[in-house]
Amino acid sequence: MGKDTSARSDAALSVGIKAGLQAPERGTTPAANGIAGTEASKPERQANLWSDVWIELRRNPLFFISAVFVLLMLAIAIAPQLFTSADPRDCSLTNSLVRPSAQHWFGFDLQGCDYYARVMYGARASIAVGLSVTAASALIAVIGGALAGYYGGLIDGLIARITDVVLAIPLFLGGIVILSALGRQSRGIVTVTIALTALYWPTMLRLMRSSVLSAKEQDYVTAARALGATDLRILMSHILPNAIAPVIVYATIAVGIIIAVEATLSYLGIGLQLPAISWGLMISDAQDRLLQAPHLLLFPGLFLSITVFAFILMGDALRDALDPKLR
Amino acid sequence: MGRYTVRRLLQIIPVFFGATFLIFAMVYAIPGDPIRALTGDRPPSASVQAELRDRYHLDDPLPVQYGKYITGVFQGDLGETFRGRQVSTILKEAFPVTVRLALTAFAFEIVLGVLAGVLAALRRGSFMDSLVLVTTTAVVSIPIFVLGYTAQILLGLKFRLLPISGVRDGWVSYILPGMVLGATSLAYIARLTRTSLMENLRADYVRTAIAKGMPRPRVVGRHALRNSLIPVVTFLGVDLGHLMGGAIITEGIFNIPGVGGEVFRAVQAQENPVVVGLVTVLVLVFVLSNLIVDLLYAALDPRIRYG
Repeated sequence: MGKDTSARSDAALSVGIKAGLQAPERGTTPAANGIAGTEASKPERQANLWSDVWIELRRNPLFFISAVFVLLMLAIAIAPQLFTSADPRDCSLTNSLVRPSAQHWFGFDLQGCDYYARVMYGARASIAVGLSVTAASALIAVIGGALAGYYGGLIDGLIARITDVVLAIPLFLGGIVILSALGRQSRGIVTVTIALTALYWPTMLRLMRSSVLSAKEQDYVTAARALGATDLRILMSHILPNAIAPVIVYATIAVGIIIAVEATLSYLGIGLQLPAISWGLMISDAQDRLLQAPHLLLFPGLFLSITVFAFILMGDALRDALDPKLR
Repeated sequence: MGRYTVRRLLQIIPVFFGATFLIFAMVYAIPGDPIRALTGDRPPSASVQAELRDRYHLDDPLPVQYGKYITGVFQGDLGETFRGRQVSTILKEAFPVTVRLALTAFAFEIVLGVLAGVLAALRRGSFMDSLVLVTTTAVVSIPIFVLGYTAQILLGLKFRLLPISGVRDGWVSYILPGMVLGATSLAYIARLTRTSLMENLRADYVRTAIAKGMPRPRVVGRHALRNSLIPVVTFLGVDLGHLMGGAIITEGIFNIPGVGGEVFRAVQAQENPVVVGLVTVLVLVFVLSNLIVDLLYAALDPRIRYG
């Protein structure tokens, strides 16, 4: 990423030079010339990575589509009662497996609960796990990766070995074993978050480490050190802002992937437990009656897929905006 | 190259012991008494319990148990279940099934993934390109169990094209589960190939090759594609381990008697030796496939040479 930022500032520089060359030509009268002069002398904006990215993102329709879906799902997760007036736990067996209708868009499940209400309330568990696992993993990854990349040597070796060990454990198998060890009674959002975080941080840490490695070779770091900046200051205010971009891209995509993993664990019966409401549990219940009541699989599956899709698409858009090579 | 190989081999040692110990410790921490679970409501007599505890070293402290276990592993003994069945017997039955499933998925994802990636990269911005981008993102977004059931209903039940359960029909029965298992990786491979080939097609050596009059298929096939496949090979190495370990869901949906299903059953039944034994083998597969990929680097790309 260090290379990218230097390429970026080069590009910004050449744009600035062009603007400077064009400025006098635009003004025909001295007064207009003066105005143009102040415009050019006022740095239109610093060569700031994130403001460039924002300009790039605003032009990308895929980013808007994904952002709308992400915001919608977040809203559903935070306040499901805004989207449905039905109570997901108010069930009546007379409605068992009733197909979708105009009054009840998504039909009813086996217990006769309104399926639309359950799909809305199910968003919270999925999104909460997705966001908290990603945040916790990113925290471990940024701190560990920065230490390993910046100091190198013994710390680097130690962290690399721990990373290797955790990476060698398959995600689902490890998740099953950890969740079994934590006990069946306590399995809720927190337990699932702990189990997945324990297995998910290594890839992000490696990403952070390699990007810190290239950032610390940059001239501005040498300059900061020559000025007597402490390690902490160099790390926090010089390396981190320039090295964190790939981690943010990866984290955006990871939210989507974790949501799918959580659903899979719940589906296997070792993630969230009834009476919790979650998309994974709903799909798990749907599997026994696929031919009889396909809507039970369709709706939670659709919402799950759209949420995952939106996060992945958003990550893709971010990466494209961050990669100067693709322009 | 030689020194790199040695260092890489040495790095495997802590990874192997670390990963197996972690799994061992976690399985050890699973609440409940496996010996009491063995006989249901009526616990076995005290002397039987003591005999069994002694036989499976259940009263030793954790590090000692691990030490005894790992010594056994190196003597070719993966341990036995509390019902006296050898873990190696279970492995002998389940492992080939999982390998066959993983290889089907592997073949499927390499052929279709690389093909889709090349087609998309050659016509950047075309309909084909957008189609590949949208389908791959969609496939990644759909959880594998939703994909599995949908494939089962559509291809198996509605159109009756392929067998949907078990492995009794020979290799045909692996096609559908293999496709489902490989779908996510296929999407990644298509995207990796596309990005990497697009970058390489703009490289100087490609321009040179075209300028000297080399036919385009040869330029793409011989020069650009070969270099573009390096990240794909890396991915494949990591993926082989994931395919073997991640087959639990696919094996469950399609009722395939493989390693993943055995591990899942063993965790539920607290058959700790089976869990540790099978996961140990999976960790080994993962570590070794990563090693092979790292060593393949140098062979694939003459620019990469390790000192």
